[in-house]
Amino acid sequence: MQIVFEKPKALSDTPTHYCPGCTHGIIHRLVAEVLDELDITGETIGIAPVGCAVIHFNYFECDVAQAAHGRAPAVATGLKRVNPDNIVFSYQGDGDLAAIGTNETIHAAARGENITVIFVNNAIYGMTGGQMAPTTLPGQITQTSPYGRDTKTAGFPLRMCELLATLDGTAYAERVAVDSVKNVLKAKKAIKKAFQYQIDGKGFSIVEILSSCPTNWGLEPVKALEWLRQNMIPYYPLGVFKDKEVSR
Amino acid sequence: MAKKTRVTFAADICKGCALCVDACPKKIIRLAPETLNSKGYHPAEIIDQQACTACGFCFLMCPDVCITIEKEVN
Repeated sequence: MQIVFEKPKALSDTPTHYCPGCTHGIIHRLVAEVLDELDITGETIGIAPVGCAVIHFNYFECDVAQAAHGRAPAVATGLKRVNPDNIVFSYQGDGDLAAIGTNETIHAAARGENITVIFVNNAIYGMTGGQMAPTTLPGQITQTSPYGRDTKTAGFPLRMCELLATLDGTAYAERVAVDSVKNVLKAKKAIKKAFQYQIDGKGFSIVEILSSCPTNWGLEPVKALEWLRQNMIPYYPLGVFKDKEVSR
Repeated sequence: MAKKTRVTFAADICKGCALCVDACPKKIIRLAPETLNSKGYHPAEIIDQQACTACGFCFLMCPDVCITIEKEVN
């Protein structure tokens, strides 16, 4: 018997604190597998955000720095400029990257910082208990929008990939999902490409990953993935929004 | 004849989310109805090892990476 599927080496043995069915675990595994495949775990520095993934330093075997809320791209900028030979990635949620950290994200992309951003979008604030996020869909019920997000008062969701794709500094922007086996495989490809772009020094790369939050959406894990498929993907279309290599 | 496979679940890490149950194309995974792990969840288990083709779908959807899959080689 030969092992065909097993936990990647870049992932530690610590069981995660995530809720049952939370797709953070899948995304952690994908990032770890990419670190293994590119053989860069030893020279990689991850940036932990504020949010559910705040203690992801317990789960990755690479070095990790923890940033203030939303400031992961700024911390990543500093680390990458001081250590240009290291691989630097930030791992952020939508409350972190698209709310308090929008400014840092946009300017890091505009400066063309040679970093990789893993953006986990689940359309809600998870850690704080399910409040409305900038990425919450119109009509979506959350703790702070109990009658559904009203676009008259709460405005419209941010499509970060589309927004960042307009900037010259962005080398690669792709949106993927982890709702099915097929999309998980596509997500891994995207993450690998983003890291490869950084290794090749091409500039800012971001992979937005549509993720689920069964606990705060109030759905069972399997139903949550269905909800993601039916509601999030139509609003946040999957695909490559910027690829410097192709547009040249 | 189909090649031998072995699927192992780290029962104490499993949170019983059932994403593997849903992903399995052969529908041979279930949440053990009579077992509770140290976390208090019903862990996933395989009910028909011989039907397993080691496709890895359960592994790919497992958020807790608690599945290991082995396959016989020639």
